[in-house]
Amino acid sequence: MADPTTEQRFKTLILPHLTSAFNVARWLTRNDQDAQDVTQEAYLRAFKFFPSFHGENPRAWLLAIVRNTFFTWYQQNTHQAPDAVFDEEVHSFETNDARQDDNPEAMLVRREDQQRVHRALQSLRTEFREVMVLRELEELSYKEIAAIVGIPIGTVMSRLGRGRQQLAALLVPMKQEA
Amino acid sequence: MNRQQVLELLPGYLDQELSFSESRECERYLEGSEECRIVFAQQRAARAELKLAALRVDAPQALLLRIVAALPSEISETAQAEETTRKKRLVDRFRRRLGQFHKGGIGAPAWMSAGAVAMSVAVLGLSMGLYLAVPSHEQRLTQELVDDHVRSLQSDHLFDVISTNQHTVKPWFNGKLDFAPPVIDLAQQGYPLLGGRLDFVDGRAVAVTVYRYKLHMINLYVWQGSDGGARPHVIEQRGYHVAHWSAAGLTYWAITDADTDELDGFVSNLCAQSVS
Repeated sequence: MADPTTEQRFKTLILPHLTSAFNVARWLTRNDQDAQDVTQEAYLRAFKFFPSFHGENPRAWLLAIVRNTFFTWYQQNTHQAPDAVFDEEVHSFETNDARQDDNPEAMLVRREDQQRVHRALQSLRTEFREVMVLRELEELSYKEIAAIVGIPIGTVMSRLGRGRQQLAALLVPMKQEA
Repeated sequence: MNRQQVLELLPGYLDQELSFSESRECERYLEGSEECRIVFAQQRAARAELKLAALRVDAPQALLLRIVAALPSEISETAQAEETTRKKRLVDRFRRRLGQFHKGGIGAPAWMSAGAVAMSVAVLGLSMGLYLAVPSHEQRLTQELVDDHVRSLQSDHLFDVISTNQHTVKPWFNGKLDFAPPVIDLAQQGYPLLGGRLDFVDGRAVAVTVYRYKLHMINLYVWQGSDGGARPHVIEQRGYHVAHWSAAGLTYWAITDADTDELDGFVSNLCAQSVS
């Protein structure tokens, strides 16, 4: 465990996926601070289990741990089921304004549009939200998502389909109001 | 295959996750069925909205430090040592620069006062020439890049994408720029890739890839242009070494506080790898 080569491997294989881990945690918890706690806990677990990691996909391995950590954390810290009704007061994280100022890419996207999509995605049930995030943000393959979530590939596809359908339905009426 | 089965396959068709025969079947229905077309269009629109909304954020630097600090022994020590060295280097450099500023200050009032110029043209002629010389475009650009390099280290905006894998970093730039910056793995040569980011330099969006030589960060700025010449030339500014060259319609600036030899090594390895 204290073997420096193991630690070096952990540092080069697992630490670089922090952004992925944090983003997945952020969309599962729907709260920045909780996401940080879940990510940190997941990293500790990952380090503990790392000697048993022999796979070729460190990111998928880490994200499966993040997901499991989230469900454990959720049971311990709340009395709600993970799919309790979405409450914007409780579940909201900051859309980073400062980032928009110095990021030329983000400047192009209208802030309102961003928030609209944010809210829509946040309001989806966890089972749909997680496959959407793994696919659209993390750009993982169906096979990787199936392994992380522990469901068949066909189920990944049908959840993505239903998730997108719901998102489309949520976004269309808002667009017409605007 | 019936209509219901095809409807279930449409997400996979959109994501290019289907077998050849399944894809053909989807295409057949998309041509023939209005309902399939509508569902497919909705799916595609939802996916596009998510892509546009820039939902992915950087992990906070504080979180990285917290995680590293919580890990046992060697990892945290290495990272903390790196962090301490980095901060110390920045402080040293800042002090050095402050020193230069004070020295430079002695000459400043001379050219600021028009009256003084009129009274002692002969004496001030020399210093006028020195101080009022308008910096060339390249000088200003070098200055701007060095500033950006320092800022990237100070404000912790070093990465938008953290990965040692060129096949993660390169696709990350897709659709963010109108050119494809080369992202090359130089870990074998002693310059591991750390990640990349978008930055704004000289009024345009540029690709920055970040490499490391030992504890020295190397920021490699790339954009479209050919003003650098094929042979890399090295400029020194405020203790930083800056290499500038152009190849294949792209112009490159590499900046580091490492020595010129290390920078030369980085540049020649990079050029060799991009050719092969």
